[in-house]
Amino acid sequence: MRQESLFHHASSRLLGLVPTLLLLVTISFFLIRVAPGGPFDAEMAAPPEIRANLEAKYHLDEPLLQQYFRYLGEIIAGDFGPSFQYKDWSVNELIARGFPISATIGGLAMVLAFFAGTLIGIFAALRQNRLADHALMGIGMLGISIPNFVIAPLLILGLAIYGGWLPASGWDWSWQRGVLPVVTLALPAIAYIARLTRGSMIEVLHSNYIRTARAKGLPEHLVILRHALKPALLPVISYMGPATAAMITGSVVVERIYSIPGLGSYFVQGALNRDYTLVMGVVVFYGVVIILLNFIVDLVYAGLNPRIRYDEGR
Amino acid sequence: MPLLEVTGMEVEFETPEGLVRAVNGFDFSLEKGETLAIVGESGSGKTQMMLAMLDLLAENGRARGRAVFDGEDLMQMTPKAMNSVRGSRIAMIFQDPMTSLNPYLTIETQMTEVVMHHQGLKRDEARAHAVELLHAVRIPDAEERIRQYPHEYSGGMRQRVMIAMGLLCQPELLIADEPSTALDVTVQAQISQLIRELREQTSMSIIMITHDLAVVADLCDRVIVMYAGEAVECGSSEQIFYAPQHPYTQGLLASVPRLDRLSGESLVVIPGNPPNLLELPSGCRFRDRCDRATEACLERPPVWEDGAGRMSRCVLPMQGGTVRATEPADASPDPGGEGAP
Amino acid sequence: MSEAPNTTATARSVEEVFAAAMAEEDVRGRSLWVDAWHRLQKNRAAIVSGVIMLLVVLAVVVGPMLLPWEADFTDWEHASTPPSLETGHWFGTDAVGRDILARTLEGGRISLLVGLVATLVSLVIGVSYGAIAGYYGGMTDRIMMRSVDIIYALPFMFFVILLMVVFGRNIILIFVAIGAVNWLDMARIVRGQTLSLKNTEFVEAARACGVDHRAIIRRHIVPNLLGVVMVYITLTIPQVILVESFLSFLGLGVQEPMSSWGALVNEGAQDMESAPWTLIFPAAFLTVTLYCFNYIGDGMRDALDPKDHL
Repeated sequence: MRQESLFHHASSRLLGLVPTLLLLVTISFFLIRVAPGGPFDAEMAAPPEIRANLEAKYHLDEPLLQQYFRYLGEIIAGDFGPSFQYKDWSVNELIARGFPISATIGGLAMVLAFFAGTLIGIFAALRQNRLADHALMGIGMLGISIPNFVIAPLLILGLAIYGGWLPASGWDWSWQRGVLPVVTLALPAIAYIARLTRGSMIEVLHSNYIRTARAKGLPEHLVILRHALKPALLPVISYMGPATAAMITGSVVVERIYSIPGLGSYFVQGALNRDYTLVMGVVVFYGVVIILLNFIVDLVYAGLNPRIRYDEGR
Repeated sequence: MPLLEVTGMEVEFETPEGLVRAVNGFDFSLEKGETLAIVGESGSGKTQMMLAMLDLLAENGRARGRAVFDGEDLMQMTPKAMNSVRGSRIAMIFQDPMTSLNPYLTIETQMTEVVMHHQGLKRDEARAHAVELLHAVRIPDAEERIRQYPHEYSGGMRQRVMIAMGLLCQPELLIADEPSTALDVTVQAQISQLIRELREQTSMSIIMITHDLAVVADLCDRVIVMYAGEAVECGSSEQIFYAPQHPYTQGLLASVPRLDRLSGESLVVIPGNPPNLLELPSGCRFRDRCDRATEACLERPPVWEDGAGRMSRCVLPMQGGTVRATEPADASPDPGGEGAP
Repeated sequence: MSEAPNTTATARSVEEVFAAAMAEEDVRGRSLWVDAWHRLQKNRAAIVSGVIMLLVVLAVVVGPMLLPWEADFTDWEHASTPPSLETGHWFGTDAVGRDILARTLEGGRISLLVGLVATLVSLVIGVSYGAIAGYYGGMTDRIMMRSVDIIYALPFMFFVILLMVVFGRNIILIFVAIGAVNWLDMARIVRGQTLSLKNTEFVEAARACGVDHRAIIRRHIVPNLLGVVMVYITLTIPQVILVESFLSFLGLGVQEPMSSWGALVNEGAQDMESAPWTLIFPAAFLTVTLYCFNYIGDGMRDALDPKDHL
């Protein structure tokens, strides 16, 4: 029985990612291949030159399995192929253009969500069942329920159009343009994290080891900060993985509403215009991002929770 | 002067179903160096009383009464003053060592913080002191093991750590709430041995909360038997075991399985269940389960005392005792169905 | 102890006591659901939400039949008018003169329908998957749950969109796609419940007494599964409605002439400066529905909390 080191834990987790990535890529590949009316649909009537081009580029004459492995190879090499709708651009280039913007907005939103959410949640937990708690949780429930594509227009109406304090759309890396998108993206996560933190903190505060800590005569602030905080935040940290996926999903809408040329916008355009390679490329790309971030969250969690590593080491 | 004198202790909880009366007028006193056992079924209020004394009740709990510890009333202390008493002058250990230690902090952290906070020791001094105590409770390889997490210890070891943690500041009073109940028998024996040594080697007073009569016989000087939130009998261990006066005490003793009974005989059981604390019966609270109940038991029973610490709360007379002159009035009238079910 | 203690307490045999306790057990067993119902009733937020939801469902089902016009009736004389009682357009009209109230109610039908059907798909897949994994245990369970873990990490919304792109936008596909990507949570919960139920003492005891498998499943496993499944249904419905609205908002959901709240919000957002009512009403209905379902789900979870009863 030994306590597994963080390193061992990380390595075993890393190996577990491979099947997930493989599944992701495989599903994308085969979905596109079967798309009716898609470029690989043999019944499509297209001018012969274009067909010849397609066949050359995608090696459609090869057996399917070989095409698959070729595709796999390209993905691993990082090449997502050319875009269908933007004739002069490759998917890679589009991703390179859009991702930095999306990542910035997303990253800021995550940070905001984590800190605002946990602070609100802890505050509510410490005032359990009093007015502040009920009020905050009611608002929190609202925050979860209102879809971000409802919040966003309202925010725009209120703060940009009627209030005139912030620009309504567009992107130029200025902080004014950033406020509304970041806040809109973060709001549902703030609400969820606040509720999660509150529930978790309340549960921790009722546990036996907190009673022991108090019985030892420790002042309340030490009890909360040293004994209660870490266990209470563990589920929240765990949630940051799925939270990332949720935010990436949300970014699609936010970028649309605020006319931000991020990766989500490209994705939606691609979906509407049936740009298969772009859509597929973004799915795989974002999939990788999510999987990597989940892995990091996993590591952080294991670092903070000694019990996880112990149970696996046995 | 006794180290601890508790009078008129009452503990209630507000619940959606009504007011739960966990402790209803409990008195006792404890001398320096004495080991007192508080015995009763689950739900008799034993733990709640101790928690109330130390201001560790849940939020919906209210306590009344006096608990004079070395001259000061604990019930009137400010939270800050209470904090300096808890853990340093009065230590409490709980029954479930599995969940009573913080799984996310090392043993070292959890032990050193006590002395660092109460006695201002530096980290290495605190650590050395903690290791000493771990040795004293026979944790092997204490030097290395102190850096481990609770889940790396066995149940018995965790309880020993809890005891060691309680002893760090050399408290005058140790309250042990069913310390070996959650552990298996061999480990129980070890814990009992530990406590026996503590009794012999220190002048610490101990309150043992338990429902295990064997432990009581083994370790304790005096016994208070508790039922439905009040004391029903009190005396030295010998008096309680060899001449129990109250029908409940007698029932408890009779229900202990014995090796010398004939096999084939049924186990003895006290019929019925402990009363619903939302709706306590009027008069004697044990009358529904007592085989000698009479009409007289519909009234609150008198308290018999002999002036030397022996007590019984029953209509049946106590050998060598007289009824207390004034019956302390119940703080609130007996509920006859109070509280919505 | 060398002497027998002085005692005259009545001896009642262990058998008698046990029999009495078993008689009580019957009473307590029945009251699991009654208990839960009581708890639910005390949860004011859940009750109020339930009432509101009933009203919404009523409005959405019956409303369009009571209105004087169809949702796609274009009233050219009153195009883009704000809500007013005189014109009869209580929610106003949109840019081509369609009554917003009618559109909102009709859209509601689609949104709620998708919610129900997709949840049903999700339910069927999730419960079967989870029950099989939990019941058979061992390697089967490990493989199945590992697969769930793998799929769980993937950006499912993107897959739904991918499916939409690949297969087009017909409504059956929407039901299936949304349901098919949403069953994971349900599967996990059902599997967990099945596993723990399989190993509980009362199931073991029942088997030891010779009760056959089917009866065990019927009397012990299913009622306990039901509770948890019901909670998850109420929590899945809003998720599914949200996903559908999301898709419709992006223009990838139900196709014209069908409309859903998401699509209506999308249209409303485009006109929001000049005609905010086109946004506000469908948005309000959508939000209120999600809000209420969340409270109901929460309330049910509290009422049926398995921790207290298993």
